[in-house]
Amino acid sequence: MSRDPGSVGIVVPRQHTFREPLELACGRTLSEYTLVYETYGTLNAAKSNAVLICHALSGHHHAAGRHSEEDKRPGWWDNYIGPGKPIDTDRFFVVSLNNLGGCHGSTGPASINPETCRPWGPDFPMLRVRDWVNSQARLADLLGIEQWAAVIGGSLGGMQAMRWSLEYPDRLRHCVVIASAMKLSAQNIAFNETARQAITSDPDFCHGRYLDEDKLPRRGLAVARMIGHITYLSDDGLGKKFGRELRSGTFERGVEEEVEFQVQSYLRYQGDSFSGSFDPNTYILMTRALDYFDLAREYGDDPVAAFSHARCRFMLISFTSDWRFAPERSREIADALMHANVPVSYAEIESSMGHDAFLLPNSRYQRVFDAYMQRIAAECDEGVGQ
Amino acid sequence: MRVDLDAIQDWIRPESRVLDLGCGDGLLLEQLARNKQVSGYGLEIDPEEIERCIARGVNVVEQNLDAGLGNFADNSFDTVVMTQALQTLRQPHLVVQEMLRVGRECIITFPNFGQWRARWHLAISGRMPVSDLLPFEWYDTPNIHFCTFRDFDLLCRERRWTILHRQVVSETRIGVALKDFSPNLFGETAIYHLTR
Repeated sequence: MSRDPGSVGIVVPRQHTFREPLELACGRTLSEYTLVYETYGTLNAAKSNAVLICHALSGHHHAAGRHSEEDKRPGWWDNYIGPGKPIDTDRFFVVSLNNLGGCHGSTGPASINPETCRPWGPDFPMLRVRDWVNSQARLADLLGIEQWAAVIGGSLGGMQAMRWSLEYPDRLRHCVVIASAMKLSAQNIAFNETARQAITSDPDFCHGRYLDEDKLPRRGLAVARMIGHITYLSDDGLGKKFGRELRSGTFERGVEEEVEFQVQSYLRYQGDSFSGSFDPNTYILMTRALDYFDLAREYGDDPVAAFSHARCRFMLISFTSDWRFAPERSREIADALMHANVPVSYAEIESSMGHDAFLLPNSRYQRVFDAYMQRIAAECDEGVGQ
Repeated sequence: MRVDLDAIQDWIRPESRVLDLGCGDGLLLEQLARNKQVSGYGLEIDPEEIERCIARGVNVVEQNLDAGLGNFADNSFDTVVMTQALQTLRQPHLVVQEMLRVGRECIITFPNFGQWRARWHLAISGRMPVSDLLPFEWYDTPNIHFCTFRDFDLLCRERRWTILHRQVVSETRIGVALKDFSPNLFGETAIYHLTR
C-alpha cells in the first residue's frame, strides 16, 4: 500500500475482450474489442454501490492510485477518488476504463485490425459518445452491475454521463456532470479543428498510416496538445503560474541570445510529453466525438424533451474561469433539467484554474462533491433504489 | 422551524411544483417534500447554504436572484416562494413581478420594519435596529431594502397584485397577543400569498 492514507494505493489494470459484436452509431460493427479498466473499493452484496467514472479527452482507465511505488504521478482524478475523498473508495466500488478508440490498452486505431492484420489507423470506425456508453454498459454487465449508484464524468466524461441518463435511464440513480456541455460551441469546434489540422499536416502523419511507415507525427500532436492545453487554462491561471518570467535570455540591448518565456518551455514540455504517450489517430477520433456530440439532436433539438427521458437525479458543477466549458453551458443543462422536472442541483465554483479545475484541489468543489456523494453513499447503505 | 415557514405550508398544495427563491439551507423544501410530496427546486447564492441543501438531498441551483428569473418559463411552477429574502434584493418589486409570471401563485415573507421594536430602537437610540432576526450592522448587512407591512400592502395595490392571504406572525408574547390588533406595529414577520 502507498504511504498516502488518502490513496487507493497500488492498482493493477484489468482487461476483457468482448466477443459479442458491437454495432456502432456510424453503422459499422466491431466484431470484438478489448476494454482496459481499473476498479477501486469493493462491490457490496446488494451490488448497489458501484460508480462509473467516464473520462475526459486525454484521460483513461487510470483514475486513482499508482501503478507502482516508483510511479511518479497518480491517476488523473486522484484528488477526488480514494479513501475519505468525495468518491470514497471505502464506500463505493469505483470503475474507470479506457474508452473504445483509446490508446492505453483498449481497442483503438493503434490496435491490430483482425481482418487485415495491420494497425487500424485511419480505418478505425468513427465513434460517438453513445458507442462508449453502450460499451460501458457491456462492462457493467460483465461486472454484474445492473444499476450504477452514480455515473460521473468531467468534460467529455460529463457528456457520457448525460448520455447514460438518456440511453439507459434505469441503470443509474445519479448523474454527476462536471464542467461539461450539451454540445460544443463553434469556438470549441474551431479549436478542435485547428488541433486536428496540426496533426494531419505533420509530414509524418502519412494519411494516418504512420504506424505502417514506422513514423509518428510527434510535432503535430505536440502542437495539437499545446492548443488544447491553452484552452484548458485561463488567462488568469497562466498569468499566476508563469507571468512573463523568462526562462532564458534577456531583453538587454546587444544580447543575441533568444528570449524564452517560462510559459513557452512549459507548453513545449506538455506537448512533447503528450506526443510520446498518446496516439494521434485517437486524438483525432476523440475530438471528433466531442464535436459531434449533441445531446438533444435526436429529440428535436429540444433538451427538455431529451431530459424528460431521464429518471436519475443530477448534480452539475462548473468553474467560473472555465471558458472552454463555461458556467453558462452548465446552466443550460440545469435549466433544461428543471423544465423537464428532473431533480437537479447545480454549483458554480470560484476558480482561476480554467477547465482543468475539475481535476485540481479546490476546497469548495471538494465540499460540494463530497456532500452529494455522501448522500448517495447513505442511500446505498439504506438500500434505496430509484 | 421558523414561524413563517410553518405558517405558509398550509397554502401549498400536495404534489405541487414549488420554486423556493433564496432557499437557504433547504429546510422548507425538505419539509414540503416529506409532508406534501411537493417537488421543486431551491435557488440560492450562498455556498455554505448550497452545501447544506445538497447534504439534505434538496435540489438546489446556484443562481443570483438579482439577475432575474429569465431562465424560467411562464407558469412553470404552481407556487414560487421567497422567505426572508425580499429585503436583500436590488429591485424587489421586479422580482415579485417575475415570481408572478413564473408561478401561478407566490408566497413572500419578510421582516416587518414597522414592528414596534424597530421603531422604538430607531426613535430612542437614533440608530439602525440590530436584533436576533436582523443581526447585522447597517454597513455589512445583506438587507438593503427594508419595508413595512403597510408599505408592501401599498405596493400590491399599485401593481394590482391580488392578495389571497396576508398575515403577520410573531414569536414574542406581546407580538402574538397584539398582532391582530395592529399588524404593522406588532407583527415581526409579514407573510403574503399573492396571485396575478
